[in-house]
Amino acid sequence: MSVFGIFAVLPMDPAALTCGKACYPAVIEANRHRLGLDVPVQVQYGRFVKGLFVGRTYGEGQAKIECPAPAFGYSFNRHECVTTLIKDALPVTLSLAIGAFILWISVGVGLGILAARRKNQWPDRAATAFVLVGTSLPTFISGILILLFVGLKLKLIDPLNMGRWISPLEDPVAWFRTFIFPWIILALAYAATYTRFTRSTVIETSSEDYIRTARSKGLSEKVILQKHTLRAAIAPITTMAGLDFAGLLGGAIITEQIFNLPGLGRLSIRAVLQDYDLPTILATTILAATFVVIANLLVDIAYAYLDPRVRVA
Amino acid sequence: MTNSNSAKPFLEVKNLNVAFPTEDGLVKASSDISFNVARGETLAVVGESGSGKSVTSLAVMGLHNRKTAQISGQAFLNLESGPVDVISADEEVVRKLRGKAMSMIFQDPMSALHPYYSIGNQLIEAWSLYNEGSKEDGKKRAIEMLDLVGIPAANKRVDEYPHQFSGGMRQRVMIAMALINNPSLLIADEPTTALDVTVQSQILQLIRDMQKEFNMALILITHDLGVVAEVADRVNVMYAGKIVESGSADDIYYRPDHPYAIGLLNSIPRVDQIESKRLVAIPGQPPSLIHLPQGCSFRARCEFAERVPGNLCATTVPTLDQKSTDHFSRCHLPESELVKARVEIGGRK
Amino acid sequence: MTQPLLKIEGLKKHFPTTTGGAFSKVKGTVKAVDGIDIEIFPGQTIGLVGESGCGKTTAGRTILKLYEPTEGKIVFEGKDLAPLSPREMKPYRAQMQMIFQDPFASLNPRQTVGSLIAAPFEIQGITPEGGVTQEVQRLMARVGLNPEHINRYPHEFSGGQRQRIGVARAIALKPKLIVADEPVSALDVSIQAQVVNLLEDLQNEFNMAYIFVAHDLSVVQHISDRVIVMYLGKVMEEADKTDLFTHPRHPYTKALLSAVPVPDPKIGRTRERIILKGDLPSPVNPPAGCVFNTRCWKAQDRCRTEVPQLMQIGTNHRIACHYPED
Repeated sequence: MSVFGIFAVLPMDPAALTCGKACYPAVIEANRHRLGLDVPVQVQYGRFVKGLFVGRTYGEGQAKIECPAPAFGYSFNRHECVTTLIKDALPVTLSLAIGAFILWISVGVGLGILAARRKNQWPDRAATAFVLVGTSLPTFISGILILLFVGLKLKLIDPLNMGRWISPLEDPVAWFRTFIFPWIILALAYAATYTRFTRSTVIETSSEDYIRTARSKGLSEKVILQKHTLRAAIAPITTMAGLDFAGLLGGAIITEQIFNLPGLGRLSIRAVLQDYDLPTILATTILAATFVVIANLLVDIAYAYLDPRVRVA
Repeated sequence: MTNSNSAKPFLEVKNLNVAFPTEDGLVKASSDISFNVARGETLAVVGESGSGKSVTSLAVMGLHNRKTAQISGQAFLNLESGPVDVISADEEVVRKLRGKAMSMIFQDPMSALHPYYSIGNQLIEAWSLYNEGSKEDGKKRAIEMLDLVGIPAANKRVDEYPHQFSGGMRQRVMIAMALINNPSLLIADEPTTALDVTVQSQILQLIRDMQKEFNMALILITHDLGVVAEVADRVNVMYAGKIVESGSADDIYYRPDHPYAIGLLNSIPRVDQIESKRLVAIPGQPPSLIHLPQGCSFRARCEFAERVPGNLCATTVPTLDQKSTDHFSRCHLPESELVKARVEIGGRK
Repeated sequence: MTQPLLKIEGLKKHFPTTTGGAFSKVKGTVKAVDGIDIEIFPGQTIGLVGESGCGKTTAGRTILKLYEPTEGKIVFEGKDLAPLSPREMKPYRAQMQMIFQDPFASLNPRQTVGSLIAAPFEIQGITPEGGVTQEVQRLMARVGLNPEHINRYPHEFSGGQRQRIGVARAIALKPKLIVADEPVSALDVSIQAQVVNLLEDLQNEFNMAYIFVAHDLSVVQHISDRVIVMYLGKVMEEADKTDLFTHPRHPYTKALLSAVPVPDPKIGRTRERIILKGDLPSPVNPPAGCVFNTRCWKAQDRCRTEVPQLMQIGTNHRIACHYPED
C-alpha cells in the first residue's frame, strides 16, 4: 500500500509517459482513461488490488487490453502486461540467485570454518586476504574484469548468447555458460562477508562452556566441531543467508547489467532509468518487498527450529 | 602388601607443572604439584583466583591445548588394566578416559549444557560413546540417571531443553551426565559457586551421596572454606600456583601451619560466631604468575617473614615439608616460632 | 529517640511483562518488591538478605530511586522522596549513594580513576576545599589506593582495588546513607576482609548508615546491626542481628541459616541441616498465599491461601508466618 502511495504522489504523469515524446493530448487522455488514472487514488488502489486476484482489463472495445491475474499493470513502453515481463525475467533471476547462493554458502562458510579451526595459521591468513578482496571489490569492477580477461579472451562466453534466456532444461551447457561468471562474481562479494562472519561465530562458539563440557565427556574434536560448534553457529548464519537471498531475488542489478542478463534487476533498472515505466517499477518493487517479507518469515521459522530457546512453549 | 588396585590411590600426581606462554611472558599457572586421591576419598583444593587450583585438574583431564600449554610431570590413573600417565600418554588414549574413567563438572551450569540439544540427547551422547546399545537403551539409562540425581518426572523431562531447567536442576543434569559411565574419579570445579545457598546444600549432599554410590575419588575445587569443611577428608591449600599446605580437614582447620592458611581462616566471618570482632585481613594481593617473586611467593603478605632467620624467605623457595603425620607445609618458619605465632593469633580473636 | 534517617513504608516495585512484538500488550507483572518496610538510623547497618529473585537488589535500587517505585514511601529525614522528579531528587542524591557489585562493570573503562572519583563533585557542582584533585587523592589514600595512580584506568587495577575506587566515589560527597549492593561478592576471600574492614572504618568515621544487600549470610552477620530476610519480593523476617542468627523464628530463615556452610569440620559433619525441597519459584509466577509455602515443610492449607502479614513476635522482631518456629 505504501508503495502505491509513493507512486500516486510522483510528479510525473503516468499517462503522459505512455506514448513517447510526440504525443497528441487526445491520445494521452484516452490512455489516461484506459489506464484508469482518471479516478481518485483510492479507487485506483482498489482496482489494483482487485487486479492482483482476478486480472485487469484496460480500455474497451478494439483497444482493449486484458491482463490475466495476477495483474500488476500494463507497460506501455514494452507493450506488455507487466506480469508477462516479470514472468520472463523471473527464471533468470532465480537461476542467478540460486546458483550464486549455493556457491557463496559453500565457499564462504567452508572457508570460514577452515579459518577458525586453523586460527592464526596460514589458511586463516589466506582467508582473511580473501575477505578483504571480496568485500572491497565492487561487483561492477570484478564483473567487468572477469568478463574481459577471462570470459571473452578465453572464449568461454559466447557474446551472441548474452542477453538471452536459455532454460537449463533445453540446453544445460549453454545455461551453465551463461551463468557461471555472474555466479562467481556475486559469490565473491557475498562469500567474503560470510567467511568473516562464520569465522568469528565459530571462534566465539568454540570458547563456550558447553564445548568444554563436550570435550570433558570424551568426544573427539571432529564430533565436537560438527555436532556442537557448527550446530550453534548455524543459526545466525541462516538468518543472514535467508535475508541476503531474498534481497538477491529482487534482482542483482549491477551484475545483471554487466552480464546482460534479462532478469528482474535489469527489468527494474530499465524501467526506472530509461523508460519511466511506472507500472513495472511498481510491480518489481512490490515483488522485491514481498520476497523480503516471506524470507523474514521463513528465517524466523527456521530459527525457531534451530534454537529451541526461541520457541514459545 | 597387597598388589590390588584398591590399595593404591586411584590418582597419583607427581611434580606436575603447567605453564602458558603469553604475550606478557610465561604464566607459571601451577608448579610442583604432587598429591594422591583414593577411591571413596574426597580431596578439596582450596585457593583464590590465580592460585592454580583448576589448572592441575584440567591437566589431569587432558583439557589443556597441548600445542600451547607447557605441561611436565606425571599424573597416573591406576586403572584395572594398569597405570596410565595421562600427561605423557597419547591424546587419543586420554580422550578415551574422559567421561569414562574420569569426569569433570564445572562451575556455571547455565552455560555448560548445549542450548540446542535436549538434555536426553546430551546424556545419550555421553553414554553411547562408551556403551554398545540402541538409542532406547541409552534413553533408559539417561532416565535412570536423572532419577538418581533427583530430577522429578525424569521420563518427561528427558526430552526438554536446558533453558527449561533452573540452575540447580541443570547442575544435577551435569552430575548425571558426568556419572553416566561410572567413572572412578570425579572432579568438581566450583560446582556450587553459581548457585543459591539453599540449592548449594542440596547439590553438595547429592555429590556426597553419589560419591558413596559409585565409590569414586572426588576432587572438589573451591574457594569457599565453609564448603570444604563440610565435604573434605583432605585439603590442599594453594597459593600462587603451588600447594602451600596439605593435610586432613582437621589438620588444616584446627592446626594450620602455613601463614596463608592461618590468615585465611582468620579473615572469614562465620554465621555461627556472632561477635563482631574485626576481621583480620591479609594485606596486599596475590603476586603475578608471570613475575613470581624470588623466594617464597607469600612473603610480601606474610607477617611472620621477619621471624625466619637468615632472610630465607626472600631467597629460597620453601619445599613442601612434612610437619606431622600426613600434614605438609611449604614454609621456612621454624616450629618454635610457629607455636608462638599461634598463641599470638589466638589472643587476637 | 532520634528520628530515623530513612523510613521506607510499603515499598513496591513491579515490572510489567509484555507479550513483545510490535503491538506488545502488558501480560502480567513481576512483583520484584512487593511491600517492604525499613527503618534505619544514622550510623546503623541494615542487612538485606535473600537468594536470587528475592528482590533485594531491586529494593536497594528503588530506595535510591534508580527505579521509580510503583508504590510506597521513601521518607528521608522527614521528606518523602517517592514522588519527586529526577530533577528534584538531585540535591538528595548527594546524601544517598551506592556501591555496586561488579567491580569490572561499574567503572567506565574510558575514564581515569581521578575523573571517576571526581564525578560526584562535578555533577553536584561542589568544589571541595583545596580543590578537586587534592580531595580525590585524599579519598584514594583513605580507601587504601596509591594517590599517584590518579591518572590510571580501571583495567590497570585488580578487582579489590576497583571496588575501593567505587567506595571512594561513593563517599566523596560524605553521604548519610550508602546502599551497598553485594560489594564483596565478586572479590576473592582474602580481599573481602580488607574491603569489609574499610567499610566498617568509614562508617565509624562518617557515621554513615548502610543498607548492605547481600546473599552471603556470613558477611551480613558480621557487619549488620539489623537483618531483613526477603523471599520473592516479600519480607519473611526482620530482627536485630543477634536475635536473627541465634533464634530465627521463620522456617525460611532457619533453612537458610542451616544451609550456610561453616568453616569448621566438626560442625560441618554433625550439624543438622534443613534441606529445602524444590527450586525457587519464578518471580513471574509466585505461589499464592505465603510465597514460601511450596518449599516449606510446615505448610498447611492456610499457608496456600492466606498471605501472612508481618507481625511483632518479640522485641524488634517481626515475621510473616502463620506457624512460626519456636
